[in-house]
Amino acid sequence: MEIKVCGPGCASCEKTQKIVEAAVAAKGVDVTISKITDFQEIARLGIFSTPAVIIDGEVKCIGNIPKQSEVESWLKS
Amino acid sequence: MEPIKSIKNCADGGDCCDVSTGANKRKMTAQQLGLGLLGLTTWYIVYTQLLPFSHYFSYGLFGFEKGSHLGEAIQFFAYDTPKVMMLLTLIVFVVGMLRSFFTQERTRKVLAGKRETAGNVMAALLGIVTPFCSCSAVPLFLGFVQAGVPLGVTFSFLIAAPMVNEIALVLLYGLLGWKVAAIYLGTGLAIAMGAGWVIGRLKLEHLIEDWVQELRAGAAVVIEEKLSWADRIDRGWEAVRDIVGKVWVYVVAGIAVGAMIHGYVPETFMASVMGKDAWWSVPVAVVVGIPMYSNAAGIVPVVEALLGKGAALGTVLAFMMSVIALSLPEMVILRKVLKPKLIAVFIGVVGGGILFTGFLFNLII
Repeated sequence: MEIKVCGPGCASCEKTQKIVEAAVAAKGVDVTISKITDFQEIARLGIFSTPAVIIDGEVKCIGNIPKQSEVESWLKS
Repeated sequence: MEPIKSIKNCADGGDCCDVSTGANKRKMTAQQLGLGLLGLTTWYIVYTQLLPFSHYFSYGLFGFEKGSHLGEAIQFFAYDTPKVMMLLTLIVFVVGMLRSFFTQERTRKVLAGKRETAGNVMAALLGIVTPFCSCSAVPLFLGFVQAGVPLGVTFSFLIAAPMVNEIALVLLYGLLGWKVAAIYLGTGLAIAMGAGWVIGRLKLEHLIEDWVQELRAGAAVVIEEKLSWADRIDRGWEAVRDIVGKVWVYVVAGIAVGAMIHGYVPETFMASVMGKDAWWSVPVAVVVGIPMYSNAAGIVPVVEALLGKGAALGTVLAFMMSVIALSLPEMVILRKVLKPKLIAVFIGVVGGGILFTGFLFNLII
């Protein structure tokens, strides 16, 4: 699985990144987490509010910090 | 304008963003409503007792002499701290709840269909209630462009969102009374509407960076949320935890400084520098305010201190607006989507509006 966290690097985005990492660790799944910080790239994906979480090309969350339990439910092991 | 692609995340069995599992089924019961009313009544009763309590605290319990420097300072602190914290908690809770109705996606949809003038007014009003932080300014700007919101309307939003701040409003009300709060709200909205309208008239669309223009052809991903009242109340509490938890230190520190000044510094201290007669103080206040960046919680106690020592309201208002609305870090971020000339126009028009406000209030009050 591939997870992308989109955000320019503000506090909410950092928090989202940590929550995603914690969820991945808790579920013990094998994923790669990458960060997209460039506005241009984020906008090209059709995302206009941050933070956003994309899992395997599907946008799961836009403009909100997700809860860890939510992220875990997105991670099908 | 392109239709906005909608993805309903709930449909495939996954959870919607930020909605806890099963939350859709939660309804607000009569019991919860009763608890809410009880809480509000208690809040009000405690609030009305704060002034007598502060007198008792300072002059009774600690036995300071009424009118003495230390006694006055302590009474000020004992009154203002709980008062501002209580107001802050209530307003942040209410705004947090309200904001769950005004997502950025919804705001974009509303403004996309609006013409200028009416659009400027709506954008400025929505700027107050739509969740916003300076780092979300660029994605938000891109989203507005993509949805076909006119440039001037977009700027009305971008100016109102940081400038008319609910925390500043509460602190002004709590520390300086409802009149100053109303003036701040009214002029902030007027500048956002006016400046946005002027920028719209100037037809500066060619000053947006080229890659942004290309976005008009794209589609936006939208995740629709279904929230119950219980979820919205949760949002309110989340906002209280998040915001009050972060700013209380600044509030207490600011009030402590205010208390010292209230007790010790002679009146009319600032009158010669920032008083009505010093006309040049308004432009100086605006220029000094641009590179300064502070959140609302930090600036209002300063405002109170300045006003208390004889500074003119217009000058202080201009200073505060310049600090909050025109910030250097935001300009640097906006540079990624706007050409330098448009940023200059933005600073010029907003700065001009703030100058006008400063002079106007020095003249009439």
